[in-house]
Amino acid sequence: MEHIIYLDNAATTRTAPEVVQAMLPYFTEFYGNASSIYRLGDKSLGAVTKARDKIAASIGADASEIYFTAGGSEADNWALKAAAEAYKEKGRHIITSKIEHHAVLHTCEYLEKLGYEVTYLDVDEDGLISPQELKAAIRPDTILISIMFANNEIGTIEPIEEIGKIAHEHSVLFHTDAVQAFGQIPIDVDRLNIDMLSASAHKLNGPKGIGFLYIRKGVKIRSFIHGGAQERKRRAGTENVTGIVGFAKAVELSMESMEERTKREALLRDYLIARIEKEIPFSRLNGHRSLRLPNNVNFCFRFIEGESLLIKLDMQGICASSGSACTSGSLDPSHVLLAIGLEHEIAHGSLRLTLGAETTKEELDTTVEALKEIVENLRSMSPLYEDFLA
Amino acid sequence: MYSEKVMDHFEHPRNVGEIENASGVGTVGNAKCGDIMRIYLDIDENQVIRDCKFKTFGCGAAVATSSMATELVKGKTVKEALKVTNKAVMEALDGLPPVKVHCSLLAEEGIHAALWDYAEKNGISIEGLSKPKSDISEDEEEEEY
Repeated sequence: MEHIIYLDNAATTRTAPEVVQAMLPYFTEFYGNASSIYRLGDKSLGAVTKARDKIAASIGADASEIYFTAGGSEADNWALKAAAEAYKEKGRHIITSKIEHHAVLHTCEYLEKLGYEVTYLDVDEDGLISPQELKAAIRPDTILISIMFANNEIGTIEPIEEIGKIAHEHSVLFHTDAVQAFGQIPIDVDRLNIDMLSASAHKLNGPKGIGFLYIRKGVKIRSFIHGGAQERKRRAGTENVTGIVGFAKAVELSMESMEERTKREALLRDYLIARIEKEIPFSRLNGHRSLRLPNNVNFCFRFIEGESLLIKLDMQGICASSGSACTSGSLDPSHVLLAIGLEHEIAHGSLRLTLGAETTKEELDTTVEALKEIVENLRSMSPLYEDFLA
Repeated sequence: MYSEKVMDHFEHPRNVGEIENASGVGTVGNAKCGDIMRIYLDIDENQVIRDCKFKTFGCGAAVATSSMATELVKGKTVKEALKVTNKAVMEALDGLPPVKVHCSLLAEEGIHAALWDYAEKNGISIEGLSKPKSDISEDEEEEEY
């Protein structure tokens, strides 16, 4: 393939070569089932245990509180459905936000069909929920608060510490989808009063198909997958040993590099934002300017549509994503962009560029030059732009 | 996801632009859904479409169907142009993904809207042409697709 400029690290990341190296022996050499009694199985169990310890330590948790899943969506589904079931005697009210990932939103909609009530908190124009509104939404029958750590589209980081404090004060469980934040922001589940947390390996240069749900000791959550005794009998199925080993390696690398890497990425991010704002007219930055993931850039370009923009970028070897209807598989643009108050028409013209550790300034320069040309070209054939100029 | 033909028409759209003092102009679609097409027709006294141009706000398929639709009606009589259906546009593009079929409907509708405008301007009625539904200059809130 030609050289690509990969600016879609919020979608997925390149698996780090060190991660692949760490995984390889567990495919062909140490392939035993971690539940088997012989030494070959023990080798796998040892690897899983070591990985679990490492991952637990990265968020200040105990190893017994980490439950491996097939990814972030499964972790979100588990947290919500199982908490709803386990705490239904206490109540049937759940609080979440309008900008959650679909793994949370669609699970909430499913729970509504089962008779649960869900409050979807609004966000402000930057994508922040209001702790006051959260407090006001809590009722005696509220059993769960699920608010994402940082938004996958616009990169806004929610006031997790305040949310955790409010949840704790009201004795309501607090789950956070940290799929985008884990590996980019230091997380301490005790300090932040987080009871459950979802994460996924492939967002931090780990392999696809492996994630975890952190469940604080004492939270009564039922099994999600019934079967064998794996994951303390709560999530049956032969352990994804290679995935778990790869995940731990990715966590190790990302924790080591976090401070330096995110500092560098934030500088590049701000450089990219500044150039686009200065050089492309009628553009609008989406998301909070400072309370923002270090790798996230999200813009709307008026008068043009996102999918066209993506295809033209792809023709120049640049990978990005958009919240337009055409990319969401429906007629509506991204629910996140609508929630921050954008008009449909403007939301259709969104572009998300998410940087990675390997992103260079040169790549961003190339991208800005390409963008300028593409946006101008698409505007020249846009009837909306024609009307605007008229 | 898209056929080579679609990509070709997206990358090198035919007939992009405006026609000054056009015989008919039609705008269809809805910014809310993310597609707006504007078709310009230049029609001579024998009711032959001499020229056709378009402007489109929308996805790759919206641009490609506009481009193909303008190609298909150019040189045709008004009557023949009416027979250029969304299916004909799709076939000429070697197909569209199912979620993009509405783009081809919009292209057909766009041609009809421009023909309707032409008929109104000239006080004539074109057999088989009914008032296009999704002309956004008529109804901003129309959501048909």
